[in-house]
Amino acid sequence: MEFCRPSPRLWTARLIVWSAASAVTLPVAIVLSWLLAGPYVAAGVGLACGLLALSWLAMLHRRYRSWGYLEREDDLLIRRGVMVRRLSVVPYGRMQFLDVTAGPVDRWLGLATVQLHTAAAATDAQIPGLTSKDAQELRDRLATLGEARAAGL
Amino acid sequence: MTLDLTGGETRPWTRLHPLSPVLHFARALTLIAVVFLPRLANPLDVGSGLPWPELIGGAILVLAGLVSWLVTRWRVDRGELQIETGLIRRQSIRVPLRRVQAIDVVRPLLGRILGLAELRIVLAGSGRSHTRLAYLTEEHAHQVRAELLALAAGLAGDTPVPPERPILAVDTSTLLAATACSASAVAGAAVAIGVGVAAVVTARPVLVLALSWPVLLIAGGAAWRVLNTEYGFVVAEAPDGLRLRSGLLQTRAETVPRGRVQAVRWISPVLWRPFGWQRLEIDVARQRQGHGGDADSGALTRALLPVGTREDAEALLVRVLPAATISPPPDARPPRRARLRAPLSYHNLAVWYDERYVWTRTGRLRPTVTVVPLEKVQSLRRIQGPVQRRLRLATLHVDTAGRRWHAVAYARDDSEATALLHRLTDLCRAARRSPRAPVGAGAAGIRPSHPENPVAPRRAAS
Repeated sequence: MEFCRPSPRLWTARLIVWSAASAVTLPVAIVLSWLLAGPYVAAGVGLACGLLALSWLAMLHRRYRSWGYLEREDDLLIRRGVMVRRLSVVPYGRMQFLDVTAGPVDRWLGLATVQLHTAAAATDAQIPGLTSKDAQELRDRLATLGEARAAGL
Repeated sequence: MTLDLTGGETRPWTRLHPLSPVLHFARALTLIAVVFLPRLANPLDVGSGLPWPELIGGAILVLAGLVSWLVTRWRVDRGELQIETGLIRRQSIRVPLRRVQAIDVVRPLLGRILGLAELRIVLAGSGRSHTRLAYLTEEHAHQVRAELLALAAGLAGDTPVPPERPILAVDTSTLLAATACSASAVAGAAVAIGVGVAAVVTARPVLVLALSWPVLLIAGGAAWRVLNTEYGFVVAEAPDGLRLRSGLLQTRAETVPRGRVQAVRWISPVLWRPFGWQRLEIDVARQRQGHGGDADSGALTRALLPVGTREDAEALLVRVLPAATISPPPDARPPRRARLRAPLSYHNLAVWYDERYVWTRTGRLRPTVTVVPLEKVQSLRRIQGPVQRRLRLATLHVDTAGRRWHAVAYARDDSEATALLHRLTDLCRAARRSPRAPVGAGAAGIRPSHPENPVAPRRAAS
């Protein structure tokens, strides 16, 4: 039983967001500290910010790799998280509705997130970074399964 | 088949009670009266003419109330409760009665004076937590409640109200004593004593009082809310569900139909331990109520037993969830190293299960056992934070459709938590599929003797 992984394009999406954020904050931090405290401090701040951004990138990568889902006969397993590791089991019969969402970056890369909702507010079950086609198929498959196994509240 | 429940005929629309707007706008009207009356009474002010702002405000309120009353109508038709309301934004509400989770009859103080009551129909679903019929005459409200419950149970709407059997009543002295021993009351008393001492020591009582009154107000308010909500608590059992009645100024009669209980909490606060008192709370699939004007109903969870002895609590628990007694097996405790992660509550942590329920125990000052019927479990989650990973521990969450709380097994051994997750998944699946009578559907196996057999006449009508 092998966990399915999100599309590698999810990593591209994360990289785009990361680069955009770094490209904005890094120069701003350097310029500001140069103006306020001189070139040496600016170099230090730049170095620190760069290291921070790199470690964030490493974290993002580990987090991206931690995503996984497994369609079993009666339920869906979703695992995620690096620092806080989570594993959720959602029985198909408990699904109330399904969401497929895609932000601008996701749309551009042809990705989508499938989210499962049960009657419990605490249920935390989403699968990001599926290709649009996979997401549609997964949604339809889950919806069919959910209907077949639906259980009353 | 469902369509023929009311005999197929279309029922006429009815309006709510004509005095409903008075209750709806009671607060605003009081405010206006408070502003208006002194001015009327003050002879010096008469010369400046009529108090136009107040008069206009009052007129607008009266008009709005009249219009809202005129445009709202409702009926019960074909197994649905239908409500139409709104002047500009017309709203048409259809409540499929099969989906009803609970029905409450709420009587606010003014409503009791006028003999009016509000009917709240609680549904699962997201969005609006409940649909309300506000207000009807008390008699009518009870009649409609009986009809809706009969329809919800799949019986004919004119089925006679089934006889109910009182199970338990909480006497006022016990409730008062228990409230006095509640955490908020004790904290309030401690602050009061502290204030007294500080006032004497510093010789500046006004300043001390000024600094401490918010705390006193909060503590007093909490104790008052408990009293106001849970005064005169009576539990009765009827064939269509459990009836809970309580309230001091605003009374509430709730009916939880069979098999709608999502979870039960058994709380034994440390402060109550000398008296052996317990508290039971139940959860049905409903949303947190947080809209304005509804504050007091959402402030407290619905108690199944505000305070009672262990025997009372056990009897009630078994009535709601058959065979769900609280008796943790010896291996229910987490490993010793869990003490590092949860030093305070370690002694109370436990999780255990059988084929029908899962129990978890948590908490330090209010040790709480949460019982969840496996067939009601929505999803399971295993969560492991960085500290827990270092200690090879993990926490298991059992999610239910009740919005208030879910069962949590804190700080279990890592591999045990994973095994538990899979084991519970299997057990839940089996529980969902088993043809066994739904949980809470009359503890037939536990209490076989129903001499009057109240179920029979209702069956005959369907």
